[in-house]
Amino acid sequence: MKLVTAVLKPHKWEEVREALETFGVTGMTVSEVSGYGRQKGHTEVYRGAEYDVALVPKIRIDIVVDDTEVADVTDIIVKAAQTGRIGDGKVWVSTVERVIRVRTGERDEAAV
Amino acid sequence: MDGYYAWMIVATALVLMMTTPALALFYGGMSRSKSVLNMMMMSYVAMAVVGLVYVLWGWSMSFGSQDQLGGLFANPFELFGLDGVGAGGYIAVMFQMTFAVITAALISGAIADRVKLSAWIVFLPLWVTFSYFPIAHMVWSTGVGFISKHFAAQDYAGGTVVHINAGVAGLVLALVIGKRVGFGREPMRPHNLTLTMVGAGLLWFGWYGFNVGSLVFAAGDGGPKDVAQFMTETGVTFLNTTVATMAAMLGWLAVERLIHGKATSLGAASGIVAGLVAITPSCGAVELPGAIAIGAVAGGACAWAVGLKYRLGLDDSMDVVGVHLVGGILGTVLIGLFSSSDAPGGIDGLLYGGGLGSLGDQIAAAGFAIVWSGVVTTLIAFAIRYTIGWRIDEEDEVEGIDFAEHGETAYDLATSTSRFGSSSSPTGVLKEGVNA
Repeated sequence: MKLVTAVLKPHKWEEVREALETFGVTGMTVSEVSGYGRQKGHTEVYRGAEYDVALVPKIRIDIVVDDTEVADVTDIIVKAAQTGRIGDGKVWVSTVERVIRVRTGERDEAAV
Repeated sequence: MDGYYAWMIVATALVLMMTTPALALFYGGMSRSKSVLNMMMMSYVAMAVVGLVYVLWGWSMSFGSQDQLGGLFANPFELFGLDGVGAGGYIAVMFQMTFAVITAALISGAIADRVKLSAWIVFLPLWVTFSYFPIAHMVWSTGVGFISKHFAAQDYAGGTVVHINAGVAGLVLALVIGKRVGFGREPMRPHNLTLTMVGAGLLWFGWYGFNVGSLVFAAGDGGPKDVAQFMTETGVTFLNTTVATMAAMLGWLAVERLIHGKATSLGAASGIVAGLVAITPSCGAVELPGAIAIGAVAGGACAWAVGLKYRLGLDDSMDVVGVHLVGGILGTVLIGLFSSSDAPGGIDGLLYGGGLGSLGDQIAAAGFAIVWSGVVTTLIAFAIRYTIGWRIDEEDEVEGIDFAEHGETAYDLATSTSRFGSSSSPTGVLKEGVNA
């Protein structure tokens, strides 16, 4: 089992969700996060005072998937979220040791 | 004259709205999310404290008949608690009360996020007693008050009494109380500009009560001459208040577009207030072109002036100096240029062939108000600093004054600590997020 985590531009979330749903992903955890990468935020001016706003709003998606689906899921996310401009975000994959479905107590692959 | 009293009741209620909630929203939106409640409370508390002081001795000191020390103030005990004021005079008292309230509340913007509520509550009665009531008497007790008697200066609705007075006090307090922790180092950007936009719009609306209600020449006695005066005077001040504010908003946006590259919503809100400030003393003195010129100049100049505090290291948090002092001085002094004998004030300024007389009177009145407010506020500021002290603990300030002073937080953010149930909950206290 793998955890696919994607940090993306917020306005891309609908497209990504639709693409994943079409593929068959049934659930995910989504959070509003902020951060920065190479784009390094931006500058805002309030009454003559310039502020470097380092943190840019992003959307974070976490999905636990079977090992066999990792390549497809990551491809789908990248394809749907890509604009080609700076600040598109990142996708990474990490190994998951154990998954338990709270309602039934099912474990691992059965719970994914 | 029924219309006169009906209008004055409405005007008084409009000016009350300028403090609560308009000014509270305007300042609250510009503060940080951890201190918005305190910022708003400073206006609300000013309403309560100054309002009560006003009926006790404020009216007597400002408009009583027993003049003291050559017109510096009137006897505070003559009409103490409105004793001797007939019920027919209450509307006039209430109208003037709302001016004292908002003038004191304006000062709070200079000292946001860092002042003990107790210090503010001690400051308010002292300041209105020694600065506001005397200057109101000096300017508005016609022919008796010191400034009115010596300078023949025009101040229709409070350029000296309200805006210069509050602006100087804000400057002095910001200097004596000092900067917020992290000023100039940490970002302190406005947390909710929608509140500020709503507040600015409400201030504009309320300002019609402030300016148009400040009938100077129509006495309200109901004679035919008085009715005509009422109609023309309110027409002029209503129009001037409107066009000056429009011009000021555009002036501010134009200047910040030139300097910083963008016309901002905060700039529009600020430009509105700058224009209203500048037209306050001048709305009864000028004609249409003068009102537009004063508004445009004030909007542009204040947009530039608010940037100075960073160079000077002055933490005038919501720009009381940059908007109210600068706008108040401009509105007061520009009367000397744009004043017209065709306006209700009936005096020609420099550009209308009246020579330098009016300009000299206006500068003298502004200068006198600056010195008076400066000296009095300095004395009060140091008296509080060396007795009960102004500042909350540094740690409390960093954590947020809302919680430290009021035990509240304005927003239930995901990152905030929440506690379900009461402390008598059978499972004990669930402290969710404490370790987050």
